[in-house]
Amino acid sequence: MIYLELFFCFFLIGLFTIGGGLAALPLLQQTAVDGGWITQAEFYDMLAISQSTPGPIGINMATYIGFDHASILGAMTATAGMVTPSIIIIMLIAHFMKNFDKTPIVKRAMHALRASAVGLIATAAYFVLAASLFHVNGGDTRFNVPAVLLFVVLGLAYVKFKGHPIFYILAGGVAGVFLWG
Amino acid sequence: MMYIKRCFILFKLFFRLGLFTIGGGYVILPMLQRELVERLKWIDEKQLLNIYAIGQSTPGIIAINTATFIGYQRAGALGGISATLGMVSPSLIIIMIIAAFFRHFKDYPIVQGAFVGIRVAVAMLLLITVVRMFKKGVTDTFGCFLCAGAFLALTLFNISAIWIVTASGLLGIVYYRRKEQGE
Repeated sequence: MIYLELFFCFFLIGLFTIGGGLAALPLLQQTAVDGGWITQAEFYDMLAISQSTPGPIGINMATYIGFDHASILGAMTATAGMVTPSIIIIMLIAHFMKNFDKTPIVKRAMHALRASAVGLIATAAYFVLAASLFHVNGGDTRFNVPAVLLFVVLGLAYVKFKGHPIFYILAGGVAGVFLWG
Repeated sequence: MMYIKRCFILFKLFFRLGLFTIGGGYVILPMLQRELVERLKWIDEKQLLNIYAIGQSTPGIIAINTATFIGYQRAGALGGISATLGMVSPSLIIIMIIAAFFRHFKDYPIVQGAFVGIRVAVAMLLLITVVRMFKKGVTDTFGCFLCAGAFLALTLFNISAIWIVTASGLLGIVYYRRKEQGE
C-alpha cells in the first residue's frame, strides 16, 4: 500500500528532523532518491522550487515528493506523515511539561544536535555544490566555468547586500536562461 | 461554537503565516512576534520565545512545532491541528500546482537552463546558511567533532541520518553531563 509506505517514511523523517527543515535534507534524499522514488536531478529541482515558494522547506519537499510519487493523495499523505510526530510530541509537552527545553538532559542533547545539524546541512550544501559547479554530464569532473563565475558573483552580492534569498534565486534563474537556456 | 470559531481563526492566521514564509522557517519568528504579540496580544514576547525554544528542541519542523503549540494553548487538540493544517495548506496548494506545471515544462531547454542557474543560487544560499549556523551552533571542540563526523558519515559512507541524529543526541547527553560534573 503506497500511501501507508509514504506516511510511515515521512513520519520517520519528521521524527528525526531536529534543528530546522534544512537538517531534514539528507534524510529526505536517502529516503526518496536512494529509495528509487525520484532521481538525484529531480531532488535538486524540488529543492530549488521548495526554497523559492511559500511555506517551510521541509513541508514543501514532503508535498512535492509525495505528489510526484502518488499524486494529490500522495502529497497529502506525505505532509500528514511529516507533521504527525510534531503534533503528538508538542501536545504532550504543552500539556505535561512546559519546561521541557530547560531540563538538563534535553539541553545537553540539543547542544550536540545543533552541532550535528550543521553537518547535516553541510552535506546537502556539498551535494548541491558538486552538482551545480561541475559539468552536468555524468562522469565529467571538470569545473563548469560559467557556473563557478555565477556562484562567485551571487555569493559576493549576497555577502555585500544581503536581502531576501528569493532575489538571488530569481537572479540565478535569469542568468541560467541566458547562459544555458 | 466559540471553540469552532477559535479553530477557524487559528487556521486563517497560520495559513497567512505559511503563505508569507518564503525561504525557510527562520523568517517566521519576527512574523509571529508581529501577529501574536503585537496585534492579537495572545501571548507576550517572553512566552513566544519560550514556545519557539521548545519548537527548536523537539523533533519536527520548527514552524510546525510552534504552530501546534500555540494552537493547542488557544483551543486544545483541535486548535493544534487547525493551526498546523493552516500552516501546511499554502504549501500543499502551491507546490501541487507548480509540480503539475513543471512536469510539462521541465524538458524545455529554457526551463532547464533556468534551473541550472537556480541550482547555483541554491548552492550559494545553502553554503552561507552552513557558515552562519556553524558560527552559532558549533561552540566547542566536541561540537566540531560532531559536525565533521556527521558530514563525513553522510558523504563518505551514506550512513542513515537517523543514526547520526540518534548518536549525536546520546553522545551529547553523556559528554556534557561529564563535563558539567567535572567542573
